[in-house]
Amino acid sequence: MDDTVTLKSPRKAARKTRSPAGEKSVVTLNEHIVEVISDSGEGAQRCGQTLGSIAARMGNGIWTVEIIPAEIRPPERSVAGASGNRIRMGSGRVTNGGDETDLVVAFNEQVLLGRVRDGELKPGCIILLESMWRNHSDPEIVASYVEAHDRLVAAGYRVYEIPMELECRALVADARRGKNMFALGMLCSLYSLDLQLGREQIAITFGKKDANVIKSNIVLLEAGHQWAESNLDLKFRIPAVRSTEPQIVVNGNTALALGVLASGMEICAMYPITPATSASHYLSEVFEKVGGVVHQAEDEIAACAFAIGASYAGKCALTITSGPGYSLKQEAIGLAVMGEIPLVVVNVQRGGPSTGQPTKPEQGDLLSAIFGSHGDAPKVVMAPSTIEDCFYSIITARKIAETFNMVVVVLSDAGLATSQQPFPRPKFSESWIAPPVDQSVIPEGAMPYDWDATTGLARRFIPGQPGGMHTLTGLAHDRASHVAYDPDSNEESIHSRSLKLAALQRTLKAPPVFGDPQGDLLVIGWGSTQGAIEEAVESLRAKGRKVSSMHLRFLQPLPPGIKEVMQRFKKVMTIEGNWCDRPQDEIIDESNRRYSALAMLLRSRYLIDVDCWSEVRGQSIKPGVVRRVISEKLKRKDGLT
Amino acid sequence: MTISATECLLQMCEEHHDLEDYQSGVPRWCTGCGDNAILAAVQRLCRDEGLRPEKTLFVSGIGCSSRFPHYMKTYGFHGIHGRALPIAEGVRMARPDLNVFVNTGDGDCCSIGAAHWIHAVRYNMNMTVFLHDNQIYGLTKMQASPTSPKGTKSNTTPRGSYLEALQPLSVTLGVQNVSFVAQAVDWIPELLYDIVKAAFHHKGFAFVRIVQRCPEWLPKMLDPWMHDPQKVLLLNHEQGLQVSPGLAKVYKNQEQHDPSNLNRAREIASYTDPIPVGILYRNPAVPCYEDLRRSPQLRTTEFIKTGLNAEFDKFTVWPQETQRQRAA
Repeated sequence: MDDTVTLKSPRKAARKTRSPAGEKSVVTLNEHIVEVISDSGEGAQRCGQTLGSIAARMGNGIWTVEIIPAEIRPPERSVAGASGNRIRMGSGRVTNGGDETDLVVAFNEQVLLGRVRDGELKPGCIILLESMWRNHSDPEIVASYVEAHDRLVAAGYRVYEIPMELECRALVADARRGKNMFALGMLCSLYSLDLQLGREQIAITFGKKDANVIKSNIVLLEAGHQWAESNLDLKFRIPAVRSTEPQIVVNGNTALALGVLASGMEICAMYPITPATSASHYLSEVFEKVGGVVHQAEDEIAACAFAIGASYAGKCALTITSGPGYSLKQEAIGLAVMGEIPLVVVNVQRGGPSTGQPTKPEQGDLLSAIFGSHGDAPKVVMAPSTIEDCFYSIITARKIAETFNMVVVVLSDAGLATSQQPFPRPKFSESWIAPPVDQSVIPEGAMPYDWDATTGLARRFIPGQPGGMHTLTGLAHDRASHVAYDPDSNEESIHSRSLKLAALQRTLKAPPVFGDPQGDLLVIGWGSTQGAIEEAVESLRAKGRKVSSMHLRFLQPLPPGIKEVMQRFKKVMTIEGNWCDRPQDEIIDESNRRYSALAMLLRSRYLIDVDCWSEVRGQSIKPGVVRRVISEKLKRKDGLT
Repeated sequence: MTISATECLLQMCEEHHDLEDYQSGVPRWCTGCGDNAILAAVQRLCRDEGLRPEKTLFVSGIGCSSRFPHYMKTYGFHGIHGRALPIAEGVRMARPDLNVFVNTGDGDCCSIGAAHWIHAVRYNMNMTVFLHDNQIYGLTKMQASPTSPKGTKSNTTPRGSYLEALQPLSVTLGVQNVSFVAQAVDWIPELLYDIVKAAFHHKGFAFVRIVQRCPEWLPKMLDPWMHDPQKVLLLNHEQGLQVSPGLAKVYKNQEQHDPSNLNRAREIASYTDPIPVGILYRNPAVPCYEDLRRSPQLRTTEFIKTGLNAEFDKFTVWPQETQRQRAA
C-alpha cells in the first residue's frame, strides 16, 4: 500500500513522480507477465504483440496470449469487453502463458475490472491506468472511474494514473488510436528494452502502410518511452540470452500455415470458422507465392469434399476447421477413409458442444477425432503441443497421409492458435515436399486395392495412370474396387484399413518422459497443455516431489512403450481441457464417472487405473493450477495403481 | 520420357478406341430406365471424341444415376450423397489435364446437394454435368423429390406431393456466371447425343438436365410427352442445336432460340408443356474459377523453398551478429 501512487490530477502526478533519468534503481527479474488491455479497436493487441516481438528480439523467452472479447464489438468501457494481449517474458524459454499478471496497462478502468473479476491479476499488481476518464465531461464516467480507482488502490494494487491520450494529442490527430504505441514506448522503458528494436519492429508491423504511418508511430513510441523515463519510478530488466540461431516468432495458426507451405501441399479448402480462420487468412495472403490455392468453399462439407477431390487426383490437400465444421465434415471424412484417399484435416479446437465458446480453447474433440464418422473409420490423430510443433505436424501429417493413404487429423486449439512463442528457424529440407503426381503405367493385373496381408497397405491408383482405370466407391468393395456385399470382401477391406494403423504404430517412438522414469505420479497430457504441465512438474520436482510427465503427440495410434512407463509409477493421471465428472459430486462414483478423453483411452487400452483432472474454463490451463492439482493428487491415498 | 518411333506408332494405334473400350460391366438399372440411354450417349461421345480412358473421370453422388461411373471403363469416383460437385471441383483444381464429368440425380443435386449446385454454377469450373432427372427417389424406393410434379403420389406423399416442382433449369439460369444450360429427354437419343456433345465442347460448367423415365416408380408419367411430338419444343438455332431433317419432320413444334439470349432462355426454362429440348443458354466468355486461381508457375522445389524462406524472413529474429551483418 505504501508504494501505491494515488494521484489527484494526472498532470500534477507526472511532476510528483518525476525523477531524473538514470537515478532509478533497476530491478532485475527472472520473468514478468504483462497485459495490455483496452476496448476493441484501440490497438492493445497490436501493442502487446509488438512488445512480445521486441522482447523476443532482445533474446527473452516469450509466450503471448490474446485476450479476446466474445463479441466483435462489445460496448465501450464494458467489464466483459477487454481486448488485448498478455505477454509472459522470461530470461529463459517460456512455454506457456503463466499464472497471474504482474503489470497491466489499461486504457479504461472497466476492462481492468473485468480482469480483476476473472482473477487474472496478481495481488499488488502494477497498474498503468489511462487517467483521462477522471476529467471526462460525463459525470457518471468520472464517478465510475474514481470508484474503481479507489477500490483498486484499497485492494492493494499499485495504480499509476497516466494521461496517455492527453500526451498523444500533442503528437497525432487520432490520439485514441495512437496511444497503443505510446504505451509500447512506456513498456520499452519499464523493461529496459532496446528502443531501436522497437523502431524496427514498428517498421515491420506497419510495413504494408505508407512511411508516414510508420513515422508517426515511432514518434509515439519515443514519446511514451521518454515520458516513462521522466515520470515513472519503475525500471525492470529481464536478462536475456540472445540466441545464436535465428528464431521465428509466430502464433500457432501462422505456424500451421507455414507448415502447409513447407509440406508441399498446394490446395487448402476451407470455410470461415473461429478460431481456425486466421490460419487461412495468412495462407490466403501467401499461398499463391508458392503456387498454392486457398479455396473458400460454400460450406464445411464442400470444403472437405473439395480437398478429397484434389487429393484423389494426386495432390494431397487439406481442410482447416474448428469444432462445428469438424462435425459437419464427418461423412466426407468417412469417404476418404473408405476410399483410402490421403487427406489432412486440421481442427483448431474451441469450446463446445454446439456453438460453444468460439474464441476459447478446449480439448473437447479428441474422441470425435478418433471415433468420428459412422462405421469403423480408422484415421490418424495427432496433436501439436507447441507453436513449433504446429509447423512440423503439418509436414508429418501430409507424409503419413500419403504413405498410408489415410486421413490424418491434426488437433490444435484456440490457445495455440493465438499464442506466440519463438522457435528455431526451420532449415528447408527437400524431404518435406510432396512427390510429383504419379502418372506411370499400372502393370497388368495390378488392382486398386491390393492390400498387403501384413500391413494393410495398397498402392494407390491416380487418375491419368494408364491401365489403372477403376471406380473408387464409398460402397463396400473388393480389391478390384468392385462393389462387393459378400462377407469375405467386407471383412477383408475393414481388416486391411485397420491394419494400417498398426503398421504406422510400429514406426512410432515411445514418448519421452519428462523427469525421472519412475516415481509416485505420472501426469500424461496432450496438445497445448505441455508447457503448463512441464513447468508445474519441474517446480514440484525442485521441491523433491516424485512426479514426472509424459506428453503425447500421437493419439491414434498410441505409440508403443506407454504402458511400460505407466507401470513404473504408483499413480497415473491425465490433465486435460475437456470435461470429466468430479468424484466429489454426490451422485458420481466409479460406476458412472465420465473420464476425460485421454484418460478413457488409456484406461481402455492398458487396463491401468488412470485418474484424470480437467477444467473447461475457456482458457489455457495454468501452471499454478496444475501444481495444485498434482500436489493434491500426491497427498491423496486414492488412485494407487 | 522419350520413346522410339515404332513405339509411338503403336501408341497411336492403341489410342484409337472402340465403344467396348468405355464399357464396364452390365448396368444394373431397370429395363427402360433412362439412365441406359444416357450411358449409351456418353459412351458414344467418348469414342467419337477419342477420349483417353485414363484421362477421363466420372464423378457421381448417390442414387440410381450415380451408379453411372461403374459402367464406364474410365476412372470413376462414386462418392457420397449430394457431394459429387465439390469433389469434381477439387479434382478440376488439381488436374487441368483430365476430362471431368459429373452424374447426379434430382435428389442428389436439387435436394441434399442443392447448395453445392448453386455454387458450382457460380464457380463455372470446366466440367460436364448431367442431371439425371426422373423426378423421384428410386434407389430408396419411391419418395417424392424436389422435381416431382405437384400431386405425385409416393411413399412419403401418399396423398400426393404438396408443393410445386422445383425447376432445375430456372434455378441454374438464375445464378451468376451461368455459362451453359441445356435440356434433353431420354426418348430422343439423337438429340440427347447432340446435346451431350455440345456440353462436352463447352469450356466451363456445362449443365444438362436430362428428363428421364423411371419405369419402376413413375412408369406412365412421361407417356403423354413421349407419344405426342407436339408436346416437345425443339430449340433450333445456328448457334445452338441444328436439328436433322428427319427429326424436324417428326418434331414440328420448334422455336428459333439464340442461346446467347438469357432472358428468353429463362422464359423457356419454366415451360413444362411442351417440354423444351435443346440448348437454352451458352456463354463461352465466362471465366473458369480454376483459370482465375491456378498459378501458372511450375511448383519446383526451389520455387517452394524460395517462397517459404521469404516468409520465414518476415518472422525471424536474427542473432545480434547476423543482424549487424544484415544491416551492413
